Amino acid sequence: MFAIELQKLMKSYGSVKALNGLTLNVPEGSLYGLLGPNGAGKTSTLRIICTLIAPDSGKVTVAGINALVNPRKVRRELGYVAQEVAIDKILTGRELLNLQGDLYHLPQRDKGKRISELIGLLDMGDWIDRRCGSYSGGMRRRVDLASGLLHQPKILVLDEPTVGLDIESRSAIWELLLQLKDQGTTLLLSSHYLEEVETLADQMAIIDDGKVIAEGSPDELKRALGGDRVTLKVREFSNARESEKVKELLVNVDGVRQVVINRAQGFSLNLVVDNQGSLPLLKEKLAQNNLQIFAMTHSLPSLDDVYLQATGRTLLDAELEMTASRDLRKESKKSMR
Amino acid sequence: MTKSLIEIDSLPSEGWPFSEIIQETNALTRRLFLQLMRRPSTLLAGILQPLIWLVLFGALFSKAPDGLLPGGTSYGRFLGAGVIVFTAFSGALNAGLPVMFDREFGFLNRLLVAPLRSRKSIVFASVIYITTISLLQSLAIMWTASLLGYGWPGLGGLLLVSFTLLLLVFAVTALSLGLAFALPGHIELIAVIFVANLPFLFASTALAPISFMPSWLGWLAALNPLTFAIEPIRAAYAGPIDLGIVLLHAPYGEVSGYGCLFVLLILTVGLFFLISPLLNRKLA
Repeated sequence: MFAIELQKLMKSYGSVKALNGLTLNVPEGSLYGLLGPNGAGKTSTLRIICTLIAPDSGKVTVAGINALVNPRKVRRELGYVAQEVAIDKILTGRELLNLQGDLYHLPQRDKGKRISELIGLLDMGDWIDRRCGSYSGGMRRRVDLASGLLHQPKILVLDEPTVGLDIESRSAIWELLLQLKDQGTTLLLSSHYLEEVETLADQMAIIDDGKVIAEGSPDELKRALGGDRVTLKVREFSNARESEKVKELLVNVDGVRQVVINRAQGFSLNLVVDNQGSLPLLKEKLAQNNLQIFAMTHSLPSLDDVYLQATGRTLLDAELEMTASRDLRKESKKSMR
Repeated sequence: MTKSLIEIDSLPSEGWPFSEIIQETNALTRRLFLQLMRRPSTLLAGILQPLIWLVLFGALFSKAPDGLLPGGTSYGRFLGAGVIVFTAFSGALNAGLPVMFDREFGFLNRLLVAPLRSRKSIVFASVIYITTISLLQSLAIMWTASLLGYGWPGLGGLLLVSFTLLLLVFAVTALSLGLAFALPGHIELIAVIFVANLPFLFASTALAPISFMPSWLGWLAALNPLTFAIEPIRAAYAGPIDLGIVLLHAPYGEVSGYGCLFVLLILTVGLFFLISPLLNRKLA
């Protein structure tokens, strides 16, 4: 049984394609991580699930309900913690939670009880009666988390829940999310922190250019990659021609499965090898051709490798690329509706 | 953080539509009033401004010859109704601004992901808020007007003023919220408000009766919703209230007090339904 089923979602903003046939199934009771660089379509996906926007085409089923036909029912089952925490500065945290409770039609008695419960759980007692305008990022995020949890949703959707937070708030939020999962809540969170997905998620998908390009558990994905990883630089900053040449040399060495040129990292080479037995062979081959080794590191496959394998670039590079091509004005427009 | 999250084990079942609309409208209204109480400067300015209008404008024409205006009323007394209606109109026209800012800051998304029984609750909350403020402003205007010797409409008059303002405020608030959902940002909304505000005042019977106007302006004034609100309120000031008599001598015919209120009612209902699709834009 799936808590969330997305089928072939398409969504464009003007000429920009945000989603390009995205299909995603989130199993009930899982903590599902969506990994991808900024601008990959994570936020659009989550906004569609939360019924804030409709896709141009495709099917959206949340908790067994067709979200495009019956969005109000979906809203009752769903808690949403948005990326940009929008908070009314002039209200206190408690007033905000009260407002939220009324918007979800909690009975008055339950509402008060639930709010004080969450204040205890998220350790907000000291400052919840102060105006939100005075809150730090971590405080705001906690109030926001509380308001997403107020109506005890079956499904909680979080858009980059710990971005920009201090380590303490971050681990407090991680702990809470794991606890929610233990109690049977389905959680879907987007992130561009590998560490976050690695620590929390039991299922994950990598999104790039508006579609899912890999999915499974983090371990499955890493295991599926197989082999060890070697990163090699023959000089600190190489160039396309030289790295091509080195690639030619190494691709036929025994035990080498694949060689990828990583342009963003000074044209370093990312190799997949059967095991560490290949390392001496690589060194030998380079020495035969009078090539130096500036750096050579060896590791087991990481989530970053999964990402690199799927997209041909590391998450960090993708991020840099996206940042350069982003149109902030357009983005702020599409976040309004 | 070891305490169980699930203490109230039953998820609230779907309640009565009506009580849910009351609950959400009530909560949204409370938010607006909390904002007002903690930032009272807009209310103070909103009360002061029409009083300045009343005093200055009233003084401007205080030496106009007697008998110039129909029924021989003084200009100050004539003006009171205009200032009351114009103040309510401006307030309601601005009702969309907080919603627009909520949209821009992302707070509106909080409301839109919540299972609101009806998004019209957002409109209702604004109407309740603006109407209350308009009534406070009107009381201040009427009280000042009576101090200036422009008369007092009496209890029945007060009720008529309240009812008329409610209709006008509902219509204009609905329009303004519709714009807040339809326009791209607050700059555009402010531009619309700026352009609409004063022309609606001048092309109405707030400052002068239709008989003073050239015929084209008379036509505009006789079609202007503000006029339909001004005339009943002015009638309340003129003496015993009789909505059956003709209050507006429009180029297209005579309109009674009931006629004026009926036009406002139609306008309110019409605009309310006209903006409904905007509230539910993209998703219901």
